[in-house]
Amino acid sequence: MWSELRDLREGVDLGTPPRSGAPVKVEVDGVEVTVPEGSSVMLAAMTAGRAVPKLCATDTLEAFGSCRVCLVEIEGRRGFPASCTTPVAEGMRITTESERLGDLRRGVMELYLSDFPAAELQGGWSEFHETVAVLGVDSHPYADRANHFALPIDDSNPYFLFDRAKCIVCSRCVRACDEIQGTFALTVDGRGFASKIVASQDEPFLQSECVSCGACVQACPSHALVEKSLFPEGYHRAESTEA
Amino acid sequence: MTTVVHIPADAGSVAVGAEWVAVAIAELAAARDQPVTIRRPGTRGAFWLEPLVEVETPSGRVAYGPVAPTDLPGLLDAGLLDGASGHPLYLGTTDEIPWLASQTRVTFARCGVIEPLDLDAYRANGGLAGLERALAMEPAAVIDAVEQSGLRGRGGAAFPTGVKWRTAAEAPATRRYIAINADEGDSGTFADRMLLEGDPFAVLEGMAIAAHAIVADTGFVYIRSEYPHGVRIVEEAIVAARTAGWLGTDALGPGRAFDVEVRVGAGAYICGEETSMLESIEGKRGQIRPKPPVPAISGLWGMPTVVQNVVTIASVPPILAGGPAAYAELGVGRSRGTITAQLAGNIARPGLVEVPFGATLGELVDDYGGGTRSGRPVRAVQVGGPLGAYVDEDMLELPVDYEALAEARAMLGHGGLVVFDDTVDMAEQARFAMEFCSIESCGKCTPCRIGSVRGRELIEQIIRGEEVETSHRLLLRLCDLMEHASLCALGGLTPLPVLSALRLFPEDFGLAREAAHVV
Repeated sequence: MWSELRDLREGVDLGTPPRSGAPVKVEVDGVEVTVPEGSSVMLAAMTAGRAVPKLCATDTLEAFGSCRVCLVEIEGRRGFPASCTTPVAEGMRITTESERLGDLRRGVMELYLSDFPAAELQGGWSEFHETVAVLGVDSHPYADRANHFALPIDDSNPYFLFDRAKCIVCSRCVRACDEIQGTFALTVDGRGFASKIVASQDEPFLQSECVSCGACVQACPSHALVEKSLFPEGYHRAESTEA
Repeated sequence: MTTVVHIPADAGSVAVGAEWVAVAIAELAAARDQPVTIRRPGTRGAFWLEPLVEVETPSGRVAYGPVAPTDLPGLLDAGLLDGASGHPLYLGTTDEIPWLASQTRVTFARCGVIEPLDLDAYRANGGLAGLERALAMEPAAVIDAVEQSGLRGRGGAAFPTGVKWRTAAEAPATRRYIAINADEGDSGTFADRMLLEGDPFAVLEGMAIAAHAIVADTGFVYIRSEYPHGVRIVEEAIVAARTAGWLGTDALGPGRAFDVEVRVGAGAYICGEETSMLESIEGKRGQIRPKPPVPAISGLWGMPTVVQNVVTIASVPPILAGGPAAYAELGVGRSRGTITAQLAGNIARPGLVEVPFGATLGELVDDYGGGTRSGRPVRAVQVGGPLGAYVDEDMLELPVDYEALAEARAMLGHGGLVVFDDTVDMAEQARFAMEFCSIESCGKCTPCRIGSVRGRELIEQIIRGEEVETSHRLLLRLCDLMEHASLCALGGLTPLPVLSALRLFPEDFGLAREAAHVV
């Protein structure tokens, strides 16, 4: 079933939407590439064939900058800018791989994994799983810890379900609802670690303003939002082997 | 003849009984057939003397404090209304109280002196001179003046104000905005509140000058909901300024409108971060926007927006009125003008101290603050709010100067100094820094949203003595991640108090000094 999903994906996700400005020339890991002004560094990197890992970015939605696995280094700039939210500038020299970047990205991924059910990592396929594989991280060092594993599943909608335990709070569903469908049915409720995706005023999907268009399901990188038809026998959370 | 008595009406003074004092003086004086006129200014910021009662006498205002209602019969018997000196609470002429007299009040010159909504008193004390001067100048010349003054943002980032204004003025746009950040959420800070409640016209005047400089027609003052007095006073000040004609349709000259609206926050620390504040003003969830673009290029509704802290914008009128050179003469290095330090925590004389940059932390904590309130030795001072570094006693020699503090791995932030004595548990303080971040994180980026919770858990493990070495190593790595991978300064700066506590006070974590090896 997961392999079917994998095969369904076509083409390259450039990470951020295309732009149509004047041509801007940049260098990504030594590869020269020309992209329209207003494009993101991520798009330039993807175009140059230097894919940057990503989770909250996808080229059907405006850049958001929340996941922090797409950090890069840019010559002459301090720190590690997120490639999705940083626009290109003429002559920019971008580095997408370094020991330091690898450390930071793996550190971020470990934080994600510390709040992702370990059993769900096995056998599944999603952009999340793909990024986990790309970064070569399959565990995290955090012991006793707060998590969201016990949050209930919302299966009120006849077509899809929402398993909050697998939600990485990247807001792609919220943004898809706003930017693609224009329904504004989803939002983030609460803040900090308590931030969670809710429909309308924290209502079951079916009772909310959701119109069941499926844009959020398509946008979800971790299959927290997923079609029910994939589970003819009914959806069950993977058995956790963790204490 | 009626005697004029001043009793502060700001939230801090009211909290320690100023309201009761005001009522009691009026009643007791009436019973003695001694007519009094009660005036209610903001506070001068000497909170250790509040409620501070000032009586107007031919030789100036005479102060008494801190006054409790029960002190009043005795004070009146001792000649309070004549400014007599015979009572233990007598402080002499207000202007000669050393704690106040030694300060350099530029931005806070009127605060606590005049009633906040008395526009005549505002004018009589130098108000509107800056705006009048600015309106006689070309907008570009106003920006030049602000740039020459060396003024930098007092909200914490210390960005040069003139550069920000020039960026906004030069960004092509059909509209521009001024947005004042009065979401003063740092623990132990109250400078913004003092101005909102004590000198709101100064904030509005600064906004009008900025509006002239960058050609804006609308401004917002974003005030935290925890400041209800400030909200009311600023709203009333806006109405008064409109009535007087310096806000509204022809505020900046014929056909040149500028008006101001108040926006009230809903209790989120993160809305003190400028991009979250802009989201909130637009009516959205207070969540960080990535930069670039900076707000000066694309801020409110995508338009160039000058975002300034309350103290910064209130510093602009005196700069224009007195000339940028006079302001730039104060201070050291690249930190020009005055710093408004706010002394809080375990301190004998808490309050607001406005002095030129270059004063040492020790001068503020010991000379002005009088050391700890408990009388025990000072062990640590957190400088710059909940995201600021802790400093120890040796570091009190550091000058208050953005660059010098940064070099010592500390930061000035909004100017808050919270003092702790030798009973403080610095491991608990470090734990709290992470907890604060986990509560106040907007939840957008992962290093802050999850990292702060993991940080709190790791410090709790260290405190419990579990896997101390491993937890410590993980904590250092997590701090590095939060510092370099977070979206904004909340996640990015939270490691600062944690690492400074580890570096300076490893024994509180059960770590040997050599083992702490925090670089």
